[in-house]
Amino acid sequence: MPFRIVKKQELIPGRTSMMVLDAPQIAVSAKPGNFVILRNDAKGERYPLTIADTNPENGTITIVFLVMGKSTAVLNNMKEGEELLDVCGPLGMATHIEKHGGTVICVGGGTGVAAMHHIAKGHHVAGNHVVSVIGARSEDLLLFRGELESFCPEVAISTDDGSCGHKGLVTEVLQMRLEKDKSIKEVVAIGPVPMMRAVVNTVKPFGVPVTVSLNSMMVDGIGMCGACRVTVGGEVRFTCVHGPEFDGYKVDFGELQQRLGALRSPEKVSFENYQCKCGGHN
Amino acid sequence: MANPKASRVDMRCQDPEVRIKNFNEVALGYSPEEAQLEASRCLNCKRPLCVSGCPVEVPIPQFIMALQEGDLDAAFSIIKSTNSLPAICGRVCPQENQCEGKCILTAKGNPVAIGRLERYVADHFIALDACNQTGNITCRLTDPNARVACIGGGPASITVAGYLAARGVKVDIYEALHEMGGVLVYGIPEFRLPKEGVVAKELQVLEELGVTFYTNWVGGKTISVKKLLDDGYSAVFVGVGAGLPKFFNVPGENLNGVLSANEYLTRINLGRGYLFPEYDTPPYEGKHVTVYGAGNVAMDAARWALRLGAESVSLIYRRTKAEMPARHEELEHAIEEGVLIEELVAPLEFIGDEKGNVQEVKLQIMELGEPDASGRRSPRPKAGETKSLKTDLVVIALGTQANKVLLDETPEIKLNKWGYIEVDENQETSMPGVYSGGDIVTGAATVIMAMGAGRKAAKAIAKKIGVIEE
Repeated sequence: MPFRIVKKQELIPGRTSMMVLDAPQIAVSAKPGNFVILRNDAKGERYPLTIADTNPENGTITIVFLVMGKSTAVLNNMKEGEELLDVCGPLGMATHIEKHGGTVICVGGGTGVAAMHHIAKGHHVAGNHVVSVIGARSEDLLLFRGELESFCPEVAISTDDGSCGHKGLVTEVLQMRLEKDKSIKEVVAIGPVPMMRAVVNTVKPFGVPVTVSLNSMMVDGIGMCGACRVTVGGEVRFTCVHGPEFDGYKVDFGELQQRLGALRSPEKVSFENYQCKCGGHN
Repeated sequence: MANPKASRVDMRCQDPEVRIKNFNEVALGYSPEEAQLEASRCLNCKRPLCVSGCPVEVPIPQFIMALQEGDLDAAFSIIKSTNSLPAICGRVCPQENQCEGKCILTAKGNPVAIGRLERYVADHFIALDACNQTGNITCRLTDPNARVACIGGGPASITVAGYLAARGVKVDIYEALHEMGGVLVYGIPEFRLPKEGVVAKELQVLEELGVTFYTNWVGGKTISVKKLLDDGYSAVFVGVGAGLPKFFNVPGENLNGVLSANEYLTRINLGRGYLFPEYDTPPYEGKHVTVYGAGNVAMDAARWALRLGAESVSLIYRRTKAEMPARHEELEHAIEEGVLIEELVAPLEFIGDEKGNVQEVKLQIMELGEPDASGRRSPRPKAGETKSLKTDLVVIALGTQANKVLLDETPEIKLNKWGYIEVDENQETSMPGVYSGGDIVTGAATVIMAMGAGRKAAKAIAKKIGVIEE
C-alpha cells in the first residue's frame, strides 16, 4: 500500500521541505521520539527520518528533511498527490516523558528542530513547562518557529547573522537560560552532531541531564543489521532499537561522526549521477 | 530397478571463472536423464531413515519412486503434501546433516542426492499456478471466519500460511521489511537462490491460495499482537526471526569498513546493492576482504565479495575446515571460486587509519583442544603467537541474537533464559492463541528448521480452529 503525499511545503527552497504523508497505521501508534524508514520507489534505498508530528484523526504523519543525497533529493522532487512506495514505522523507543511540572529546555538545530518539535509537544501535553531554543544561519531559515510558539511559553532564538533573536550560537542562548534558572529538569538536543556535542558541553557544568537523538546510518531500522551502532557509556548500542535517544553525556560523538562518513564516496556517486540526469536541478 | 552401486550424479555448475563475474545461480540443476539416473540409486527402504532426518517429513522414497517411474506429477504432489517450498529447500537445506546424512547409502559414502532430486522436481513445476501445484488439496477458502495472522514474512510464516491456506483458512502475513521472504530475500544471495525465478514464484503460489501479504508492518510497533487477536484473528503466529548481530567485542570493531554480515548481505540482497548505482543502496566494497565465521552466512558474504570485485577474500575461522558448520557444497564452491581459508586464527584487534577506516587485523593464532559441548574440538589461543593481515573490509558473521522489537512490546509472551520465545510441544507460547517458530524460538538456525516449526504450529492451529481433526 503506497503512502500518498497529502501536503508538501518547501521550507527552504531546494534544501528543506515538510511533507504530510497519509500513513494511518503509523499515525495512530507513533509517539514523540519515534522515526520511520522510507523508500521512495522500487529502486530506492531505505533511509530513516524522525517523525515531526502526527495527526491520528486524519491518519497522517509529518516529516521534515534536508536534501543531503540522492534519496532526499528524489523525495524533494516529489509533489503533492504523488506516492512514496514504502513508509515503515513507528520505529525506535519513544521519548521518555514524565510529568514533573518542571522546566524542560528543548534545543533544535537545522532540520533537527522538526524532530525536537514532536518531543517538545509531548512534554507540553504531559504538563511540563517547555522552553524551546532554536537556531539557524538567518531568520528565513528558522524552522517550526510558529508551531513551537503556538504551545511553548518561551521560544528563544539565535541566528548567525543576528537577523532574529540572539546573534550567535544556540549554545550561547542555552547558557544564558541555564544561568538564569537553576530549576531546569532536563535538556533535550536534536541537530547536527557538533551541535549536540556542544550542547552537552554547555550543560555539563550545570549538572542537568541531557537527552540527544542520534541520526546514525541505518538499513533495516528494525534491529537486524547493526549499521547504526554507537558507543554509549563504553558499550555498543544500536540506535534503531535502543535509541534513537540516549544520555548525551555518555555518547561517543567522535565515533558517531566518523561512522556517518563510512559510505561517503558511493553516496556522492549516486547523488552526482542523479543531479546530472536532472540537468543540475533538484 | 534400483542401482545403488552407480555413483552419485554430480550437479552441473557454472564454471568458477565465469560465475564470479556474474550474479546468476551457480548450480544449474539436473537434466531429465541425470535425475533418472540419480533416482535409480534409491533403495526404497522399508523403514526410510531419510524421512526421519527431514524436519518437514517429506515422504522421500515415495517421491523418488514416482521419479523412477517417470511420473513427475506424482513426485511433485508427494513432496508438496508436506513441503510448501521445495524449490527453496532443494537449494538451501543442509541435506548432509538431514535426509542425506541418514540415507543408508551414506555408510558407503554416497547418499542419494535427495536435495538435487527435490529441486529437479520442484523446478519443473515452478511456472505452474497454485491450484495445479497443490494437487488434491482444495484451494477454496472454506471458512470465512477462520482467519490467522502471521507476523514476519520468512520461511516459518510462509510454511504456516501454505499449510493453512491449502486447507481453506484465510491467512494474512505482516512483514516488517518492504519485501516478503525474510532471510530468503535479505540473507541468501541471488547466486544461490534466484529471487525472481524461485522465491517470487513460491510466494505467488501462496497469493493464489488466498494469502494476503502486508509489507511495512512491524509486529509490536505498527500493530500489536493483542490488537490482532482483538481484531478477530483465531490465532497469531510469530515468526519474527533473527535480531541484532553478534560482534567480537574487540577493539576497533566500530571503525568504518567493519560491519556485520547482516548489514553486508541486506544491502546487497534486499537493497540490490550489487546493481548500484542503478539501485540506490550502496554496498560496501573492499580490495582485501576478511570474513569472520564459517557458516553459510560467512560463505555467502565471502562469495559476494568476490563477485563485487575484491582482489582477495579470506575466511577467518578459529577452528579448521573440518569443523566448519556451512553446507559442504557452499564451502566447496567458495574454495573453487578463490576464497582463501585462514584456519585457527581469531581477531584480537582491528586497526584503522587516521580517518577511522579499517586497514589491518591483528589475529591470535589458535590450536584445537578437547571437544566441547557441540562435539567439535574447541579452539584455544597459542600464547604469544599472533599475525597481521591487511584488510579494508571486515564482515563479521558470528550469528545473531533474538529480535527484541516485538518481544519488548509483548510482555505476555514468556521468554527463555537466552531471550528467545518459549513454546510448548505445539509451538504455542504463553500467550493463548499465539504460536511461534523459527529463529525467534531456536536462535539462528536454518530455513528448513523454521519450516519444520511452522508446519508443527500450522497443524496445531488447524486442529484448534477445527480445520483438521486427529
